[in-house]
Amino acid sequence: MSGWLGPQEWAAVGLSLKVAFWAMMGAVVPGVFVAYALARWEFFGKQFVNVLVHLPLVLPPVATGYLLLVTFGTQGVVGSALKEIGVVFAFRWTGAALAAAVMAFPLLVRSIRLSIEAIDPKLEQAAATLGATRMRVFFTVTLPLMLPGLLAGMVLAFAKAMGEFGATITFVSNIPGQTRTLPSAIYAFLQVPGGEAAAMRLVVVSIIVAAGALILSEVLARRIAAKVGQS
Amino acid sequence: MSVAVHIRQGFQGFDLDVSFEAAAGLTVLFGSSGSGKTSVINAVAGLSRPAQSRIVVNGEVLSDSAAGRWVPPHQRSLGYVFQEGRLFPHMTVRNNLLYGNGLAKGRAEVASFDQVVEILGIGSLLERRPAELSGGEKQRVAIGRALLARPKLILADEPLAALDEPRKAEILPYFERLRDEFSLPILYVTHSIAEVARLATTVVALKDGKVDRVGPAAEVLSDPSFTPMGPRAVGAVLDAKVVMHHEDGLTELSANGVALMLPQLSHAIGDQVRVRVAAHDVILSREAPKGLSALNIVAGRVQSVRSGGGPGAIVSVDTKAGRILARITRRSAAALALEEGVTCYAVMKSVSVAPQDIGTR
Repeated sequence: MSGWLGPQEWAAVGLSLKVAFWAMMGAVVPGVFVAYALARWEFFGKQFVNVLVHLPLVLPPVATGYLLLVTFGTQGVVGSALKEIGVVFAFRWTGAALAAAVMAFPLLVRSIRLSIEAIDPKLEQAAATLGATRMRVFFTVTLPLMLPGLLAGMVLAFAKAMGEFGATITFVSNIPGQTRTLPSAIYAFLQVPGGEAAAMRLVVVSIIVAAGALILSEVLARRIAAKVGQS
Repeated sequence: MSVAVHIRQGFQGFDLDVSFEAAAGLTVLFGSSGSGKTSVINAVAGLSRPAQSRIVVNGEVLSDSAAGRWVPPHQRSLGYVFQEGRLFPHMTVRNNLLYGNGLAKGRAEVASFDQVVEILGIGSLLERRPAELSGGEKQRVAIGRALLARPKLILADEPLAALDEPRKAEILPYFERLRDEFSLPILYVTHSIAEVARLATTVVALKDGKVDRVGPAAEVLSDPSFTPMGPRAVGAVLDAKVVMHHEDGLTELSANGVALMLPQLSHAIGDQVRVRVAAHDVILSREAPKGLSALNIVAGRVQSVRSGGGPGAIVSVDTKAGRILARITRRSAAALALEEGVTCYAVMKSVSVAPQDIGTR
């Protein structure tokens, strides 16, 4: 198997998996929070938050990448402050993960929000009358019932993170072994003569990972739906 | 053991202004839809927060807007049975039942898990999920879940409204047992006069967001001016005791010494029952009737005759068995010269008491 892909290609695949995994993991908790707030709370500026969350979906990815660079670059407002405490995003794989997380965030929030809105708030009220605090209601009623949607959203976010290109290359460039993810690698191979074969191999890998993620989410969603008793 | 409620709240075009006190037992909040009864029970549960409210249950102040006190629902020690059951779909029946139980460790148990399962007959359902239950089974589990939350107050919001007639008949007795076997105050919302007649210790009748009547069930229901569902739904309630089951299929009851014959009841001899006698099933006679097929004839004295704009009149008759209401025409009332103080006989066909109108007391 290792003979099939060159070391550079393996590096790109491994990096992409790592970036996508951490992007997904980093986005899930804020994603659930934002989705819950949008689904269940009325607050001032709700429409603004909604637009902000969805902006990466409609903005040119390069523009998002540039905004990330301005904000989280070593000269950026947040970036320079984070650098003081030793956290650097610019031109690191962590930056690629951040870019992927931001780009995947709207998909994640949409999916979770839909699944929260499908839960009858009366069930949460019932739990409260039985003595459950808000926190307990969330973890014992809301979260289990939104699990299929949460999972679908996570897989979608993972797939999106695997494929993220524009914002990533703008924010953290295309450094082999550091920020050269699968799409960046495919792009790079296509820029050099004779790179088509390597590019095609990586495309095949992309297809396998994407299809695998979709199948996995489908299977998990069905199992959970059966367990939750909703179909 | 008492519940005191005072709520004031103005919505668009609808003012809720309700105050009542209820003694121990089952208090029915009765009214048509839009009368505000669900708003009241949700304020007691803490699911809504009216502009002005003071709610005291067994001496514990759950809400007092003047003092700025408001206890959130999860600290109110409730057992709330909702119309739609609201069982948690992702949990088994067992875990639904135990949901509130584990959160109320500090409080005294109302009934043990095994007792509740036995009383409600849900032992065979424990490992199932709500989606696999019938409507009646769901409501039984919902009652069990409320009981096991170690409540100090049981709330029920039209718990039978979503069920068909046979299922209603299946669930009603459980509320009678709740009322009779546990010393818990119960607040029960309904728009069914049959449920009021069968379950209520105290009736709080609501109309357009205000309290129309408050009082013991028998008193409110035998008030001839109380016609919330129109004159056709008027009917008094008699308390009676099962004396014996006759061989010809009739059950003899004794209402304060007056014998009443009803089609065979399933109750045991000695049981206290409530019989609702619909006013339109009662015939009045000035003389002791003879040669009549009706079995139940009770002598009494006319207490009042009320008539509205229509052709009908409601005559209330005080008898030894209790107050009986009769709905007759104004013409008959005039022909018989029925007025306050005259003696008359109330004639009830024994078959006129429908089974759903007979409740355990």
